[in-house]
Amino acid sequence: MATNSALATHTQQREFLTFVLGEEHYALDIMAVKEIRGYEAVTRIANAPPFIKGVLNLRGDIVPIVDLRMKFNVGEATYTEFTIVIMLHVDNRIVGVVVDGVSDVINLSDDEIRPPPEFGVAFDSQYLVGLAAVDEQLVILVNIEKLISSDELGLFEQKQNTVQE
Amino acid sequence: MSIEMEQFHNVFFEESQEHLDEMEQFLMELDLDSPDKELLNSIFRAAHSIKGGSGIFGFDALTGLTHVMENLLDRARKDSLTLTLSIVDVLLSTVDILKGILHSYRTGGDIDWSAIAAGTEALDAVLGTSAPSESQTQGYGLFEQPLLVNEPEGFGLFADEPGAEKDEGFGFFAPSDEPVSARNEDEQAFGLFEPLPPASEKPAEAETAQKQPEEKSAPQPLSRSATERKGGAAASESSTIRVDTQKIDALVNLVGELVITQSMLSMISGNDSAEAEERRLAALAELERNTREIQEAVMSMRMLPMSFVFNRFPRLVRDLSGKLGKSVELCIEGGSTEIDKGLIEKLVDPLTHLVRNSIDHGIEKPQRRTECGKNEEGLLTLRAAHKGGSILISIIDDGAGLNRERILAKAYENSVYVPEHPSDTDVWNLIFAPGFSTAAEVTDVSGRGVGMDVVRRNIEALGGRVEIESEQGQGAAFHIRLPLTLAILDGMCVAVDGQVYVVPLVNIIESIQPQPEQIKSMGNDKLLWVRDEYWPLLQLGQHMGVQARHQDATQGIVVLIESAKKRFGLLVDSLVGQQQVVIKSLEQHYKRVAGVAGATIMGDGSVALIIDVESLSSKVKTAPQPVREAS
Repeated sequence: MATNSALATHTQQREFLTFVLGEEHYALDIMAVKEIRGYEAVTRIANAPPFIKGVLNLRGDIVPIVDLRMKFNVGEATYTEFTIVIMLHVDNRIVGVVVDGVSDVINLSDDEIRPPPEFGVAFDSQYLVGLAAVDEQLVILVNIEKLISSDELGLFEQKQNTVQE
Repeated sequence: MSIEMEQFHNVFFEESQEHLDEMEQFLMELDLDSPDKELLNSIFRAAHSIKGGSGIFGFDALTGLTHVMENLLDRARKDSLTLTLSIVDVLLSTVDILKGILHSYRTGGDIDWSAIAAGTEALDAVLGTSAPSESQTQGYGLFEQPLLVNEPEGFGLFADEPGAEKDEGFGFFAPSDEPVSARNEDEQAFGLFEPLPPASEKPAEAETAQKQPEEKSAPQPLSRSATERKGGAAASESSTIRVDTQKIDALVNLVGELVITQSMLSMISGNDSAEAEERRLAALAELERNTREIQEAVMSMRMLPMSFVFNRFPRLVRDLSGKLGKSVELCIEGGSTEIDKGLIEKLVDPLTHLVRNSIDHGIEKPQRRTECGKNEEGLLTLRAAHKGGSILISIIDDGAGLNRERILAKAYENSVYVPEHPSDTDVWNLIFAPGFSTAAEVTDVSGRGVGMDVVRRNIEALGGRVEIESEQGQGAAFHIRLPLTLAILDGMCVAVDGQVYVVPLVNIIESIQPQPEQIKSMGNDKLLWVRDEYWPLLQLGQHMGVQARHQDATQGIVVLIESAKKRFGLLVDSLVGQQQVVIKSLEQHYKRVAGVAGATIMGDGSVALIIDVESLSSKVKTAPQPVREAS
């Protein structure tokens, strides 16, 4: 990291964690990641949409688990011993995200990030930071904070608006 | 304002609030015929501490007023001025003004200079001397600097010169992360405990409170009780709590034992011999005892004595009875009963309301009392006591009692639902209906009809209940029953479709496996005939979104539940067992879920949801009894 930033004197370097959903490669800002762990059984919550798998106990905190594969219809929502949960720290809250796997931590400078496409990705473009090519592999950079705190996921109580239920 | 300054300010606000509360309490305690010197000294010192602190921070409005107040108090304690009831009244209203100023500084609001001027004038009038004109013309700046060293004498109890000591105390503020050991040497009576773990600036803030020299002047009764501290300017819930050092020492001891047990266990681990097995069992038993004791010790840190709430009532009773021309003696019992801090903060409003009610509606005017052959002075008792696993707070008056006819008449008038042939208890409970008041006219004390329903709602929100006892002409008693703590719950674990749910034990009457002839159908709803009553049946699985193994009630277990409003049966697959659970918030990382009060972590690390009985009871559609409204 130190050497990298020394090289990139003019552009901002950021670290991203890449993960796999179905066939596609995604990446999120590593600063939002609290930890990575295997999938374990969760406690279901009444009247929650199917992509909210439930809650689990993360060392005393009751943390909701979201399956992005179900939310965005990518890949198959199967749970094997290789299924991964990324624990994210967003807005003083902890949220777990189920993905098919995590692959790498990559360094990207701002000029390596290209603007996101308007279509062709499972995520709405408002939740994307951009695209980047890493080892000839296209990686989609996700604005995970915006996605997790969005009303679309409905994970958090909406701030001002009336409750959606 | 820099962050550090803000920390000092917060400490000053806390301390001053305490001093003001003390002053008020001691002023109430003063026996005017033979004033206690020590008490007068305490009041004086409290005023002086506020003056000194406000001078340092430049809170001029406080400095000016407390200075005049201090002059008066100084003369009183030196016997050159005899305190009378009217002087105490002036002092009390000065305390009120000071509280107002403090609040303005704290919240950044505007200072009411005219009130200060009026207060200063009133004090000056009592002093009978023309006080320095600066105090009237807001030239408070003059006091700022000299005050610290102004009165080197007259501090009987201060060992050191106050100014110097203060500096020494503030020396600790430099944001150091001093460990506990540094704290203990100085102020033995105070420990600090922070219920909300993160927030890195807290240790320094804790230190400040610890080292604040004014504490030396804090008199015993209050200094032993932990005191609420408010964090940010707008924060209404305090995030820190003071804890008796003894409690912390006990906890440190227990943790020490835990470490020993742990090393014992790790020593034996891997050894399979019979002797090791025996020692392992012993160590596990030790561990269990340790865990329980640590849990108790930690919970006790959240406990505050009821006197924390009760102490504000002498003033209220005095003011109110004066205003209403009644003579009331207040009797406080069980002030040392400890109760969870979270509960205490939310108890203040309901209790205040009930006390006001008792004085306004309950206790009669002196003349009427003599006519009834009662003592001219009414007796109002505030009592707190532990009863079983709960705490019982009673507000008892020997006044007129509730008037059955008037309540009924009022209920019909406001078309409040009244059951047929209402029992006394039914009638008393009518006063909890929204918009209900029997006061003949609306006063500023009571009668607006917003109140008793709010009281009951607040108490129920805390997991408690209100009961009323009343005897016409003899008096009335309001009993508030509350759980000891909000953090731990006695629960019955039930299972539906392999998921475990926790039902609060207080709501459970019994659990039965019904016989087919006990189940009756009414439309789509099922009713259960048990205990000579029809109970509506709710399927827990249906409300929790899981598939129950048994749709048929006779195959599963029905838990009979009583909520504040309704009684119903809850159909579950099976009972898992009864246990104490630690309540965890779902909202912290997720959001509120209908029908769920929170979550807990079971022994195997899995999460179980705690059922919110009150919100579930609102799903019960039909009234359980075929009794219909009389009107």
